[in-house]
Amino acid sequence: MTDKQDKAAVRRSESADELQTLLPAVDVFEDKDGILLLVDMPGVPKDKLELRIDNDTLLIEGNIAPDTPENMQAVYAEVRLSRYRRAFSLSSDLDTARIDAQLRDGVLNLRIPKHAYAQPRKIEVKVA
Amino acid sequence: MYESLLNFPGGLLAEFERLQQELQQEFANPGRPGSIRALASGAFPALNVGSSPSAIEIYAFAPGLDASKLDVQIDHGLLSISGERESALPQDNGTLSTYANERFAGPFKRTVSLPGDADPEKVQAHYRNGVLHITVARQESAQPKRIDIQ
Repeated sequence: MTDKQDKAAVRRSESADELQTLLPAVDVFEDKDGILLLVDMPGVPKDKLELRIDNDTLLIEGNIAPDTPENMQAVYAEVRLSRYRRAFSLSSDLDTARIDAQLRDGVLNLRIPKHAYAQPRKIEVKVA
Repeated sequence: MYESLLNFPGGLLAEFERLQQELQQEFANPGRPGSIRALASGAFPALNVGSSPSAIEIYAFAPGLDASKLDVQIDHGLLSISGERESALPQDNGTLSTYANERFAGPFKRTVSLPGDADPEKVQAHYRNGVLHITVARQESAQPKRIDIQ
């Protein structure tokens, strides 16, 4: 095999790895102030969590930190991948600059506020 | 616009992608140990079990719990993990919309049968980053030993 083919093979397997991710369970709630997004990512420490906003797409990725002793063999596994990934498209009424993110005990808590102008307000009707 | 009509966070395409990924996770993971007791997928918490010469390692992926309310017991060679996870649903004051509610809520219990050489007296449990890691040591007499030839 030539070098070129080798590289192509490596790239293919890399993209396959990227495809194979765990899909974290989420809760999405909305109230008048904004959106609350809760994401279950057990095993992900703060430094392995990545949040990105690109063109109104919110991308959440995280790696499970290995916590396995040496010479341990897997006997039974329900969680068989070590990377979480999930993306959401955001609408323009959400203020992505003011997102508040907290990670606690494997749950990511994201608060995405609405722009002030997008919040509901009552319009007064004046009597002419 | 359509997203808000159809209640799919991220739109319909993202929803198909999610379904596809779920199917892949169910069927396309050869090579790793599978289920010995056929369990419904999505049981909470997900468990991984590992074995080393000196101990049995159990990992329960249980995020968002209060460690003091987790109950771990060993009885007749069965290790059980139980507890309850509260719903994250905020109080509804008339303006709340729920777009996704996939996260588990409610009481749970999962049981693992331990091998015969597990020592129920030597158990350690840690809860970190939402993963409960239980180490059950094997009985010393059962551990591999090198025998000196005289």
